[in-house]
Amino acid sequence: MPLFDRKDKSRYATFSRRTLMMGGAVSAVMLTLGGRLYQLQILEGDEYEAKAEDNRINQRLLAPLRGRILDRFGVELANNRRNYRVLLIPEQAAQGVDQALDTIGRVILLTDRDRQRILHDIAQNKKFVPVTIAENLSWDEFARVNLHLPYLSGIQPDVGETRDYPYSTALSHILGYVAAVSPDDKKNDDDPLLDLPGFRIGKRGIEKQFDEQVRGTAGVSRVEVNAYGRVIRELGHDPGTPGSDIYLTIDQQVQDFVAQRLGDQSAACVVMDASNGDVLALASTPGFDPNLFNVGITPPQWHDLLNNDHHPLMNKAITGAYPPGSTFKTAMALAAADNGMADLTVNCTGSMRLGDHTFYCDAWRIGGHGHVNLPRGIQVSCDVFFYEVARRLGIDKMAEAANAMGLGLPTGIELPGEVGGLIPTRAWKMKRFGVPWQPGETLVSGIGQGYVLTTPIQLCTLAARLATGKAVVPRLTHQIGSTLEPRRPPTPLPFSEQAFSLVRQGMTMAVNAPGGTAYGWRINQPGLEMAGKTGTAQVRRITKEERASGLKPQSEMPWKDREHALFISFAPADNPRYALAIVIEHGGARNEPQVEFARDIMLFTQQRDPLKMRAAYPLRAAETTTSFQPKVGG
Amino acid sequence: MSSRPYAAARRTLSLSERLLEVNWGLVLLITIIACIGFAMLYSVAGASLHPWALPQIIRFLIGLAILVGVAMVDIRFWMAAAYPAYAFSLLLLVAVEVAGHVGLGAQRWIELGPLEIQPSELMKISLVLALARYLHTQSVEDVSRPLKLLIPLAMIGVPAAFVLLQPNLGTATIIVADGLSLLFLAGLSWWWILPAITGVVAAVPVAWHFLHDYQKRRVMTFLNPASDSLGAGWNISQAEIAIGSGGATGKGFLQGTQSQLNFLPEKHSDFIYTSVGEEFGFFGSVMLLALFSIVIAYGVRIAMSSRSQFGRLLAMGLTLNFFFYIMINAAMVMGLIPVVGIPMPLISYGGTAMLVVMFGFGLLMSVHVHRQVEIPRGSAGII
Repeated sequence: MPLFDRKDKSRYATFSRRTLMMGGAVSAVMLTLGGRLYQLQILEGDEYEAKAEDNRINQRLLAPLRGRILDRFGVELANNRRNYRVLLIPEQAAQGVDQALDTIGRVILLTDRDRQRILHDIAQNKKFVPVTIAENLSWDEFARVNLHLPYLSGIQPDVGETRDYPYSTALSHILGYVAAVSPDDKKNDDDPLLDLPGFRIGKRGIEKQFDEQVRGTAGVSRVEVNAYGRVIRELGHDPGTPGSDIYLTIDQQVQDFVAQRLGDQSAACVVMDASNGDVLALASTPGFDPNLFNVGITPPQWHDLLNNDHHPLMNKAITGAYPPGSTFKTAMALAAADNGMADLTVNCTGSMRLGDHTFYCDAWRIGGHGHVNLPRGIQVSCDVFFYEVARRLGIDKMAEAANAMGLGLPTGIELPGEVGGLIPTRAWKMKRFGVPWQPGETLVSGIGQGYVLTTPIQLCTLAARLATGKAVVPRLTHQIGSTLEPRRPPTPLPFSEQAFSLVRQGMTMAVNAPGGTAYGWRINQPGLEMAGKTGTAQVRRITKEERASGLKPQSEMPWKDREHALFISFAPADNPRYALAIVIEHGGARNEPQVEFARDIMLFTQQRDPLKMRAAYPLRAAETTTSFQPKVGG
Repeated sequence: MSSRPYAAARRTLSLSERLLEVNWGLVLLITIIACIGFAMLYSVAGASLHPWALPQIIRFLIGLAILVGVAMVDIRFWMAAAYPAYAFSLLLLVAVEVAGHVGLGAQRWIELGPLEIQPSELMKISLVLALARYLHTQSVEDVSRPLKLLIPLAMIGVPAAFVLLQPNLGTATIIVADGLSLLFLAGLSWWWILPAITGVVAAVPVAWHFLHDYQKRRVMTFLNPASDSLGAGWNISQAEIAIGSGGATGKGFLQGTQSQLNFLPEKHSDFIYTSVGEEFGFFGSVMLLALFSIVIAYGVRIAMSSRSQFGRLLAMGLTLNFFFYIMINAAMVMGLIPVVGIPMPLISYGGTAMLVVMFGFGLLMSVHVHRQVEIPRGSAGII
């Protein structure tokens, strides 16, 4: 067989022909490029030369004023304050940069770290670029700098704007904070503002959730620069569009009271308007000072926040998933009443046997609760009664009822990072563990233990739904800029009114009737009585030996092993308007501290009665048509 | 009918013979162009070798060594290595999708030990190699057979799709342009070409729909730079001002106010040609284009003088790849096409790009050195 044939010749001919064509195309492109250069540089060269001259006019981006965050009465929760700064222009320092820093160091405090940063910044920039020496100075310090100005060559006092959270820790988890832009932030956001030195972006809470709305759009300053780029003067100034103000449903006074009352407990509490889900207070303690992140948190401060076993950075109200304990019985009781158990009576002997397991009631030591019906089951929190309810309902019906009451699903509250919790079902267990559901697990679930996990915001939603019988949905924002957030009227829940009134009766008895689990902390003022349901959630399993040898008091256990203490409540008991949920992590050391806190909070809230006061924003959409001026200040 | 076997095809050249065969004129030309690049990097850094000029010089020297080294290797070895190289590049391209380093919002890097590699850069060379090898075995009639055409189209389409996913529109365009040019040179029938062109024109509105938001924004900004006078439109108009203000003779070396005053974005990488225009004017920038054209002419001559179809296609593919870089970059900075991230070869600052370009010239030189080697149509290229 020949090595080469006619086909090789023909394709060489084709290749040569087409290479010539390609060469022609390449030449045409090169001529076009040359032509464009001729057009730009020869024909329009003078014009562009003038433009390059004009380019002495430089555009600089200006940060817009960040929108405020206000409470329902117009109290500023986050605003902008003046930021007193001191700048150094290196080339104007007559005796050199080191001398200038030494001199200013005698007027205001400069650490070695500050000095290092300043020298680094100076090395990075041209000699005429001002470098920040110190920020967030007090008025005293700033005045002192101004006083000594004649001796401080190259130093320039300056006033900027910075974010401020006047109530500091109390609102930390709602507002979140702003901090410097990280490379991650720039990935999905090409706003030129993010490149601005010193620009701050929302990192948590409302600041993050509505960052786009409160950020505003960039302004521009036109400055004339000389041939070396030095600013000669400002020619024009467009401040940009300031960010929108955000009105929250929060009442700062209630919020502050709740945060104070919880103190340094590791706890979370939510208070809402039972009729429509407007959140009046949402606290998670301990908190942190959001101002720290803005001015720059120091490594020791950050370390403390991160390693505190009370998790101050975590918003427990929406990201803490706790076993609801006995508070879960309210939802179970609803399902029971509508499944033929409205008149059920169970004889509690302190325990119940299922298969070869014994399931205990809290009252096992005193021989049980005796005959218990549904309201009394809630009042005394009888586990045996609810074991029986759970056994008859089955886990899937229980899960359905719990979900309907808002448990185990994210509520959609306008904060980043909300978790859903968990309501187990047969299908879930099969999928998660690959083993079938056990009947004993149904019983444990019936008293809110086992796999069941809920968040405080869900528990407060549960309380509001129990109080109103409607599918109330929590929300935190009412108005963004001049736009009202749409509000959907709550839809009815799939339970009968009879079921609701039985459960409410039980919850009223639990607080206000002798023998109720929360009787010791009832509100005595007529008309302000609250109804509620206590709960404790075991953090670790009680072993048979421990039960046999007598249980250790919670106060003698290590903090981490103590039970979580929970309480859900609504008030007034006969005409509910406020709903509340509280969780104290490992709060089982003394008797029902959470109920005591809840009583104080409910009493304060009802006496202040924020729902009766005129809010700064219109409460009904109809009012928006009339001219409306936001009221500023408390 | 048997063709006359050439003596050179029968024996392997000695190393000294091969060194003599290197087209040192072309090497000199490349060095001159690179030196213009060093000067510009020196200038935009404010008359300083740091941070760009010095590393670029070192990379160029490494590149020169690669060029000569690659040129010494027999063309039949490169033919044998074509498919493995293609497979390797494709693998890296997939890997960068999965575990890539994220830079500027686009996944383009992969770390192999101390090296940061842009697989899309490797792919351009590998694709030219692999397509040249495939088409080497095809007669003119074969190239246009529908089933036989599917293979090269897949070879082009798959990597182009991955690069587009990164997303890197500019490089994907070059990959497709390289591949289609080779098909054209191998003799693809006009019956395929004309309907394809018609189809592409008709598909433009559809393609628009699939572009990323930032790509759409670039096109809109290109059509109306004033619409985004602070963002991308600023880049385009500032680049035009820089070039235009150079006039006929330029402002002089180190005298470009546009780049010195930081009006130019990416002045050391994609937009460096604007500094050439600003400081050396029309004559300077046209001269650089002329130097590039001479390099291309060299490439075409090397292709025409090769005795193997593989060599011819490889040489033309590499030359056109070089040309597409220049065309897209120059047109971009002159405001003729939207901004896409394509550097000016030999001039722009950048490590991978410089080494890959020099490797490409090495292959081109290998074609030149081994131009007398004949390879039968059915050969797999093993020496």
